[in-house]
Amino acid sequence: MQSVANHRYRKCKNAGMNTLAIACAVLVISPLGFILFYLIRQGASSVNWAFFTNLPAPVGQIGGGMGNAIVGTLELLLLASLVGVPIGVLGGIYLSEYGGERINDWIRFWADVLNGIPSIVWGIVAYGLVVKPMKGFSAYAGGLALGFMMVPLILRTTEEVLVLVPRSYREAALALGLPQWKTVVRIVLPTALKGIVTGMLLAMARVAGETAPLLFTAFGNNFWNRKLAEPVAALPLQIFNYAISPYDDWHRQAWAGALVLMAIILTINIVVRIISRGYNKSN
Amino acid sequence: MADVVPAKISVPQSAAVGGAPSGALPVEQESIAFDVKNFSLWYGARQALHDITIRIPARKVTAIIGPSGCGKSTFIRALNRMHELTPGTRIGGEVRLFGENLYGLNVEPTTVRRRVGMVFQKSNPFPTMSIAENVLVGLRLNGVRDKALLSQRLEESLHMAALWDEVKDTLGRPGISLSGGQQQRLCIARALAVKPEIILMDEPCSALDPIATAKVEELIHSLQVNYTVVIVTHNMQQAARCSDKTAFFYMGKLIEYDETRTIFMNPANPQTEAYVSGRFG
Repeated sequence: MQSVANHRYRKCKNAGMNTLAIACAVLVISPLGFILFYLIRQGASSVNWAFFTNLPAPVGQIGGGMGNAIVGTLELLLLASLVGVPIGVLGGIYLSEYGGERINDWIRFWADVLNGIPSIVWGIVAYGLVVKPMKGFSAYAGGLALGFMMVPLILRTTEEVLVLVPRSYREAALALGLPQWKTVVRIVLPTALKGIVTGMLLAMARVAGETAPLLFTAFGNNFWNRKLAEPVAALPLQIFNYAISPYDDWHRQAWAGALVLMAIILTINIVVRIISRGYNKSN
Repeated sequence: MADVVPAKISVPQSAAVGGAPSGALPVEQESIAFDVKNFSLWYGARQALHDITIRIPARKVTAIIGPSGCGKSTFIRALNRMHELTPGTRIGGEVRLFGENLYGLNVEPTTVRRRVGMVFQKSNPFPTMSIAENVLVGLRLNGVRDKALLSQRLEESLHMAALWDEVKDTLGRPGISLSGGQQQRLCIARALAVKPEIILMDEPCSALDPIATAKVEELIHSLQVNYTVVIVTHNMQQAARCSDKTAFFYMGKLIEYDETRTIFMNPANPQTEAYVSGRFG
């Protein structure tokens, strides 16, 4: 009889803990649901064709859009990738294929420190390196600031996926008399390509929503950016500027901008999911 | 780099002569593939091979047997300098390949490995490549563009690896879509395609079922017409079935080396006798 009671007690405890775990999971996921729901409710009505193609309208005039900011964000991501992808990928290759244990520990440590640097500091760095010498805000400066932020992210993900490539492939290639660089470029990199692309996209998604590093680098612009050496609009900046303005019309636009930015980042993440599902299958 | 079969490693003759007796007959020199003298190898402070001296004949199959951890894999990895991938290794003594010092100052590991190919314990076709690409990867990445030559080598190598009939209609399919035994024969074809002089095999059948093992053994037997094969195995029946000479390693030392028949029927050393009769290891 003792054992039956004990059994019942254990069943109760199990049910209780299960409920608790489910509640925590719901708690974690629900903010995303609420944010998306709220953004759609507030912003969806202002998202229309003009929003994607038009320039911001002056106060009081209706029908303005954020076309320049959307294009500007894409420009900045491209520039940032030009900085972050080569440095990050080559650094990851060094860590995984060439570096010695001690130097690797140092590089990993500094990459983690860089990863923890507040994003506004990257803005100051880019301000000092680009804005001051060029005597003006520019897309270059914004791209550089975001690019710096991508470097440690891409470095670490690239290293991780390269380390996952079995040693036996490297040995097989070297045993055919191939030099190490050909082994890396033609055998190891293609095997890990999907993982590297995944890391690149995740880093892009991560920096796409950054506002602080752009405040005094890209600066923002109410018109189309015609030269990369000129200030450029970006979605997070535009959202920030509109949100702190006193006009209801601009507030609505800010909601719409936030919704579009969220949609862009969500899309990148979904693409990553699709790629990495294929990656897991092929391995 | 059109010609992949590398010219003999050009070591200055003065350096290559070394301790070789000047009266040795050239015919006898030709028939020795590896001439290993007093070879030792350390992983950091741990000595894995002790003073190995062995002459491995050309165009024969030489088996290396011994219990796990006896240094047999380490030894064959030293024969094409693959052990250098492990950081902290150090060697002593010398290895000559057809009379040329494998560890000479001007000898590149890549040149050595082009002459001395290797097949590994676990089959490892490149996952991003088709069957045909896997076979031809060594040639292509060494700069061979000649389509006629490539397709000839493809067929030839797959024939030698006894795989042609099974894959000739599916050459474009991924290499990893094959079965385990087929994958291992694909890896052998890949190693053969660059026309090495020697094939090292590190327990090539340990992950295969008996039928696949039989096919690979048959293939090893047929290879000795053109190639020198050195095979590491912990399967003594396999050594007895497909080798001409057998070396028994124990605790990093070469205990006994002789004709395979002698090693299994009438070994000179009591340790060898105990091992081949299954009393330890």
